[in-house]
Amino acid sequence: MSRNTLFDKVWDLHTVRQLPSGQTQLFIGLHMIHEVTSPQAFAWLRERKLQVAFPERSVATVDHIVPTEDQARPYADGLAEDMMQAIERNCREFGIRLYQPGSGKQGVVHIVAPEQGLTQPGMTVACGDSHTATHGAFGAIAFGIGTSQVRDVLASQTLSMSRMKVRKIDVKGRLKPGVTAKDLILHILRVLSAKGGVGFAYEFAGEAIAALSMEERMTVCNMAIEGGARCGYINPDQVTFDYLKGREFAPKGADFDKAIAFWKSIASSPDAEFDDVKTFDAATIEPTVTWGISPDQGVGIGESIPAKESFPVSEQPNIEEAYAYMGFTAGQPIAGTKIDVAFIGSCTNGRISDLRAAAAVLKQHGGTVKPGVKAFVVPGSEAVKKAAEAEGLHEVFKKHGFEWREAGCSMCLAMNPDKLKGKQLSMSTSNRNFKGRQGSPEGRTLLASPAMVAIAALEGVVTDVRKVLK
Amino acid sequence: MSSIISSISGRGIPVRGNDIDTDRIIPARFLRCVTFDGLGAHAFEDDRLQLKAQGKLHSFDDARFQGAKVLVANSNFGCGSSREHAPQAIAKWGVQAIVAVSYSEIFHGNCVAMGLPAVRVSLADSEAIQSAIEADPKAEVSVDLQAMQVKIAGKSFACQLGDGPRKQFLTGQWDALGELVDGLPQVKAKAAKLPYLNAFA
Ligand code: SF4
Repeated sequence: MSRNTLFDKVWDLHTVRQLPSGQTQLFIGLHMIHEVTSPQAFAWLRERKLQVAFPERSVATVDHIVPTEDQARPYADGLAEDMMQAIERNCREFGIRLYQPGSGKQGVVHIVAPEQGLTQPGMTVACGDSHTATHGAFGAIAFGIGTSQVRDVLASQTLSMSRMKVRKIDVKGRLKPGVTAKDLILHILRVLSAKGGVGFAYEFAGEAIAALSMEERMTVCNMAIEGGARCGYINPDQVTFDYLKGREFAPKGADFDKAIAFWKSIASSPDAEFDDVKTFDAATIEPTVTWGISPDQGVGIGESIPAKESFPVSEQPNIEEAYAYMGFTAGQPIAGTKIDVAFIGSCTNGRISDLRAAAAVLKQHGGTVKPGVKAFVVPGSEAVKKAAEAEGLHEVFKKHGFEWREAGCSMCLAMNPDKLKGKQLSMSTSNRNFKGRQGSPEGRTLLASPAMVAIAALEGVVTDVRKVLK
Repeated sequence: MSSIISSISGRGIPVRGNDIDTDRIIPARFLRCVTFDGLGAHAFEDDRLQLKAQGKLHSFDDARFQGAKVLVANSNFGCGSSREHAPQAIAKWGVQAIVAVSYSEIFHGNCVAMGLPAVRVSLADSEAIQSAIEADPKAEVSVDLQAMQVKIAGKSFACQLGDGPRKQFLTGQWDALGELVDGLPQVKAKAAKLPYLNAFA
């Protein structure tokens, strides 16, 4: 059993008691809410005549259904309008802070909480969304929950949970130029598989992780769930403290210094013991693109679509299903694959540094979006959008043929009007390439970094971005 | 609200394949709702349509499996999104227990919280149970949480479920809410001691 890891320390700190079932009653320090997974939870509270126990520890925003073009209310989609009205009513009635479009603070829930300084080291964070793992980048234990559990957190600020095992993912060395945090996590998923992390919390550590910026760390932790790990985290360090300083909900003045002492104390100790350790060499990783229907089906940009024989027998039916769905054959190089749509956004890669990376590629390349390709950028939050516009990034995107949109989840899961059509092939900075994920039941998705999506939009085909990066 | 759940029996329905994600169980467009009612009709909708277009039949459309209560799947069932809409859709369709090789954790946690037992069996056993159901769709499948056995056509297969969830079903405490709320005095005491809620004192 793991000992003295950040996971163990945070878990113990938040343990209220053992329940008769043997599960732990775990205190949740920060609860984030969005419009899709919360309405039924509030309805159950009303049914049972319960109050929200700690309304100030929950914060809500709207992201999944928000249109990114015309945001005038009522929304054209009546079902989306109903959901908006439900969250507005629920937050008002139960006294919960809600960041709405136009507030300057709305956006994808996993982008908003960090940028407001709500997510902090040593906290437990829960949200009715699997990518809650993102918040682990700060050294928080953060996991997604279902709607019944959203109800539990609202009513008691706690969850009934069983402890996870802890696997250290030690990434030695440094990433090569042109290789990003997205490539790193896609590579880790490819090696450890989509289910390799079930039952584990992932601790990302090592030289390559320490060298990542806070935003890059969020990209890595965001996709821990795609490897089956319900949470992933990185020990807090100076990078974390510098990011938090001055943010609205971060501690201020003398409290900030006291906070740093606490944050340092909850990091994994030098003598920490793990249930498992896996080691990677960052220098061997190439820009990575997925070719199949699961985020672990990725290849380096110089590689070809793998033969099914290179997978365990039990996996081969899935691999055949992926070939058939994607219309690809084994041995076909991934580079040169023609794309129809380029999407830059989502809680994986919708932050300011992601937009800067994509814009830099456009400038270096100099071209415009290939005729026939639809390319669009959806900032992850209103604050990201504002920051990008202050730097003139929106003009760069528009000049090179991209559409510039309002903040939201958009075509990451296509619950709003942004959707693929028919069998269109999208190259996307989001996190899931599942069948039908981007809004068309036959639509296809290749996952990649913002830089790789930017160059593919210009070339019209999957391309190694390093050809333009000096 | 909770009741004791110790055994489920009824006809079975196989859903073959590994890594069946929640987007496939209930596509995102059906998440535009404020209640879970009515989701049952849309379970596996896109998979069903695609098979139909190829002239094949998804088990959820197959007349032989209508009215089934025990869904039998393979590895990493319910991976992907946290949407409780996925197990809710399966339950609203009529399923009362799931048998699979493994589950994503969030999906499994959702099942427990809803009172839907989801047990694990070996890969070979999951396939054997699926074949037995296909050979005789009328056969009764039982999932016994006391004996930790899945039975069909005179054969028994050992199954697993974590001690915590098993106890929750057998004692009728799978709905944790009551207990969690009962603990509120201790929860408040905990909050009074957490550094970040108390100016890092
Ligand atoms: S951006 Fe995508 S993955 Fe992230 S919360 Fe929104 S829908 Fe989920």
